[in-house]
Amino acid sequence: MDMSQTKTVVVDTVPESAVSTRNISKNYGEVEALRDLSLEFPRGQLISLLGPSGCGKTTLLKIIAGLLEPTSGEVEVNGKTVTGPGPDRAFVFQDFALLPWASVIRNVSFGLEMRGVAKSEREDIAARYIKEVGLGGFENAYPHELSGGMRQRVGLARALSVDAEVLLMDEPFSAVDEQTRRKFQEDLLGLVQNENKTFIFVTHSIEEAVYVSDQIAILLPRPSRVHEIIRPSGFREKGADNIRRDPEYLDIVDQIWASLRTYVE
Amino acid sequence: MTLFGYRLPGMSSLIIWGLLWEIVGQAGLTFFIPPLSEVVGTLIEVIQTAAFQKALYETAYAFIAGVFFAIVIGIPTGILMGKNRLLDELLLPWVNVFLSAPLTALVPVLMVLFGFGMKAIIITTTLFAIWIIILNSRAGVKQINRSLVEMAHSFGASPVDAFFKIYFWAALPEILGGVRIGIIRAVKGVIIGQLLISIVGFGALFELYSANFLMGHFWAVLIVLFALAFTISEFLAYLERRVSYYAAKR
Ligand SMILES: Nc1ncnc2c1ncn2[C@@H]1O[C@H](COP(=O)(O)OP(=O)(O)O)[C@@H](O)[C@H]1O
Ligand SMILES: [Mg+2]
Repeated sequence: MDMSQTKTVVVDTVPESAVSTRNISKNYGEVEALRDLSLEFPRGQLISLLGPSGCGKTTLLKIIAGLLEPTSGEVEVNGKTVTGPGPDRAFVFQDFALLPWASVIRNVSFGLEMRGVAKSEREDIAARYIKEVGLGGFENAYPHELSGGMRQRVGLARALSVDAEVLLMDEPFSAVDEQTRRKFQEDLLGLVQNENKTFIFVTHSIEEAVYVSDQIAILLPRPSRVHEIIRPSGFREKGADNIRRDPEYLDIVDQIWASLRTYVE
Repeated sequence: MTLFGYRLPGMSSLIIWGLLWEIVGQAGLTFFIPPLSEVVGTLIEVIQTAAFQKALYETAYAFIAGVFFAIVIGIPTGILMGKNRLLDELLLPWVNVFLSAPLTALVPVLMVLFGFGMKAIIITTTLFAIWIIILNSRAGVKQINRSLVEMAHSFGASPVDAFFKIYFWAALPEILGGVRIGIIRAVKGVIIGQLLISIVGFGALFELYSANFLMGHFWAVLIVLFALAFTISEFLAYLERRVSYYAAKR
């Protein structure tokens, strides 16, 4: 397999970074979760962090979110150093993190509520995003009345409604069933096209990463570091239906598996 | 419970115990147990007396004030203990000691500190109720899903927002359970306070009736007290059921 074909780096079209991480290290006591990790996240793209579980993907994402402090190194969002969570970033949680005592519309407007947006205004905005993620009619339902896939749509609508430039998604589809996940992946491609946002997407699924990403950062564990960055280029325009049959898609999946297989117990 | 295929309404067993009471009373086995019918007659009589109404007022006042302080101090203390390791380590041993301590033995000390009036009775009531409220609120916060806290933080929630919009609601099922048990304990507290500190309220009535061997009156007041406590406790159990839909899925 010719590696240079799959790793097409077109230097003059790489846009300015929305997020940069510089020499991030993170220790949990004795455990060295991340060591000297530097990555650029170009604006308007979807970048996946892919790697076996325990390799520090969640840790890196939470450091970018400002939810965790790195032991050393720094994160910049739009050139400004991150010191904590901010309105320029929104998080989509692996376990949805919905308020079980609140209706869908209250959950979706929670981010806006924290930003002090008036009730009628935030509910208007929330209602719009509820429709956009395909949950129209469920505004007054409660999370326990929804399926896993629908709950994650609520989480997604909540993150979209605050209109942050950077969306941080921690294995958002890992807790939903296979069919729902495929639908989600297609919808995500649409979002990346239509919303002018930067997506940082954590996954442990090779196929998922290759399917949705503009760039894939492959992380290897103990301590976590960037092994390589893959930029699929050929099949992006071929449409959602054809990507999974594209030879380049299949090649990249194989190539990533070849890199990762030695790290899987 | 079902009997011969019929579903009996809740607490039908009380009818059996009531019948038994009536039989034992009619048999005149002991002056201590007059027939239930007589007690009920006395009850209706007693309720209309000024002495009873004064006692009810004094008791309700001490009880409501005591429970109020137990709730407004207990819930935030418990939530903060659940959130903050240091505070937890500092306070938890004391909460556990007081929860299981024979608080009645402390009442004389309270009398020395706070006098023989309403204040000491209210504080006694609070002391009976507060520990379980603290402990339950703390337990409610301890089991909170960490990612809810992170979610609130990531959307820029202030500590006050997090307290009222996340911690309080997440812990609400446990908090209500704690308040329900706390209130039952507060009934004990207020009566013990009234008996030991100054003879007022229902405590005074119990004292008066038992000293004069007015067992009908004694039981009548006890029934009123039981009914009040039971009603409040059932109301809180109802509130608990209202939030149970999310208690299992937090
Ligand atoms: N709070 C924590 N305390 C101690 N160790 C942790 C903590 N969180 C994560 N780790 C460790 O750090 C490493 C990376 O974890 P994580 O970022 O969750 O990986 P991933 O998301 O890729 O599965 C793992 O070895 C994990 O055990
Ligand atoms: Mg993870």
